[in-house]
Amino acid sequence: MVTSLRGNEAVAYAAKLARVEVVAAYPITPQTIIVEKIDELISSGEMDADFIDVESEHSALAAAYGAAAGGVRAFTATSSHGLAYMYEMLWWTAGSRIPLVMAVVTRAIGPPWNIHVEHADIMSTRDTGWLISMAENNQEALDLTIMMFRVTEDPRVYLPGIVGLDGFILSHTVEPVELPDQETVDEFLPPRRQPYVIQPREKIAMGNLVPDEYFEELRMDMHRSMARAREVIREAGREYGKLTGRSYESLIDCYRCSDADVLVAGIGSWMGDAKIAADMLREKGIRAGVLRLRWIRPFPWEEVREAAIGKKLVAVMDRSISFGHAGPLFLELSSALEARPSMVGVPAGIGGVDISYEDIASIVEHAYSLVEEEGRVYIPAYWYHLGKFHPMPPLEHPVRGEKLREARR
Amino acid sequence: MAINIRKLPKEKYVMPGNAACPGCPETMGFRYLGMALGDKAVVVIPAGCSSVIQGMWPRQGWGLPVLNIVFAAGASAASGLARALRRRGVDAQVVVWAGDGGTADIGLQALSAAAERGEDIIYICVDNEAYMNTGIQRSGLTPYGAWTTTTHRGKKEFKKPMPQIVAAHRVPYVATASVGYPWDFIAKLRKAASIRGFKYIHLHAPCPVGWRFDSSLTARIAQLAVETGMWILYEYENGRLRLNPPSNRLLDPSKRKPVEEYLKLQGRFRHLTEEDIKKIYEEIEANWREIRAMLKLQELEEQDKL
Repeated sequence: MVTSLRGNEAVAYAAKLARVEVVAAYPITPQTIIVEKIDELISSGEMDADFIDVESEHSALAAAYGAAAGGVRAFTATSSHGLAYMYEMLWWTAGSRIPLVMAVVTRAIGPPWNIHVEHADIMSTRDTGWLISMAENNQEALDLTIMMFRVTEDPRVYLPGIVGLDGFILSHTVEPVELPDQETVDEFLPPRRQPYVIQPREKIAMGNLVPDEYFEELRMDMHRSMARAREVIREAGREYGKLTGRSYESLIDCYRCSDADVLVAGIGSWMGDAKIAADMLREKGIRAGVLRLRWIRPFPWEEVREAAIGKKLVAVMDRSISFGHAGPLFLELSSALEARPSMVGVPAGIGGVDISYEDIASIVEHAYSLVEEEGRVYIPAYWYHLGKFHPMPPLEHPVRGEKLREARR
Repeated sequence: MAINIRKLPKEKYVMPGNAACPGCPETMGFRYLGMALGDKAVVVIPAGCSSVIQGMWPRQGWGLPVLNIVFAAGASAASGLARALRRRGVDAQVVVWAGDGGTADIGLQALSAAAERGEDIIYICVDNEAYMNTGIQRSGLTPYGAWTTTTHRGKKEFKKPMPQIVAAHRVPYVATASVGYPWDFIAKLRKAASIRGFKYIHLHAPCPVGWRFDSSLTARIAQLAVETGMWILYEYENGRLRLNPPSNRLLDPSKRKPVEEYLKLQGRFRHLTEEDIKKIYEEIEANWREIRAMLKLQELEEQDKL
């Protein structure tokens, strides 16, 4: 059924269709609509679940974790400071190998206060052992949430998962969304599986002390599970495609990549604008494409490498910054690209600063002109703010290929 | 409810070879917990001594299912677990087994919220009056005058009134207990398990290591705390206060043993001055005054009804 939904509502319907049984959440802008909608669905009898109104995000994830450990499908959603407040529980959930799904509506972290879109919150979860995906639009927010339950509950994975969607840009914007019917989702999503259940007479202890060697082995196994998750995601995405007509077989979404010289890489909703920018640039004679990462963890290095082969430039758009270095996504891609194209990292749009497709086109155009002038360039952080480029750290001239080579000699 | 200790289950809920210190009150308390609730219990343990006493995986020193959890999340993880088990139709009693730090300090927010939501769990505060697992640092439940590694000159503040704080949430059941009075604790656990909603039991648990006394004296010191009136055994059932034996006869101060008998056995009070002991007597009296006032009020209420 095609209907029109805000991104947050799409996620709420996904939780309902996944037959989530316990939801625990604490309000934070711009996440609130997700749990308000879920409570509404429960109150009207459309959804059969317990809603736990907790007193903090720390407790939200703890309560969802307790429920998941008790053997039911559990869900929570948060954003920004709420996610930061959960941080300890992120590790606890992943290390316990308890499947659990959470939506993260991306937002800047203060101070100063700012409720608008930024990826600093979601990027800070990379090392915790959660699967992380990032939606481009409301349809994908719904589809990825449903898919995430299947992937996290696969015995080859058994790790929790985050579905990211951009604050306000998706969370509060109405888009046409195709709602799969319950039978389709039931066919796609088997009954919940998990490695163990905490219940009476099961005399096990979860989360007690382990010798260091076992601890390390468990961490190694989490890393292996992430690797296995790649195949699980492809399988699930393929089957989801068969059932709904929307395939998520690849961990990336590459738009006009095959014949491109320049790729704009990034995550989230602005990659939709980047696709328009690519079309515009092609009209101007620059063969541009868009490399959008649908998954951040596991990192889709195979797909990313393949996409970058033979390209002259990969311009990475980062909506967050690892202070003193570069945008985190730039760092991730930079470490993965064996093909060694020119790379320019562009932090932009931070704190919700508006970035249009025209901005993206001019960013790419400028970065590409550097490549054409200088040959190979490698600029980790070339901050784009209100139409101007700011080399970071500040230099008299942007670090260009020649100079970089000189410096290396 | 009279408990005949000889008729209690013989099954072991604290396994031999666990990592507890000799004379540990938590192993005593946990044994009583198992005796009282048997196989129905599922235990949620936030960071503390009880996380460590289990020993190292793959062994397990507690004979009940345990979900260990981060320090601040005892009550909230238990809320989720209880909901899940109820939804699955599993007959279970979810119990939080938390220390004084996990209860009165870092875990208080989650505890208060779970009490306010009326979650169907039993929350037990195993109160050994300091952070013993990290090496005897002061907590909100460390008593006045006690030495800890962060109060070298003795704590200057009084114990946080945890049972009253929880009772103020108007939950159906709040009780105090002591490892020195197992039958009383077991009876209270069984009563708590028969009530739907949020139940809180505050278990006084003298720690030989942190309190500096001989490990053979745990039960004796626990009893002395009660006999001197330092620790009062009572329960609030639906808001009504009732003193339990042996505390009920101690309303009369002349029936209480001198508090010095309790203090002198513990190295943590070695440095106390006359002035400090006077303050402790004042605190004891203030606590009893509160109890007396509450009982009087209830009496007056009942007369009104008649």
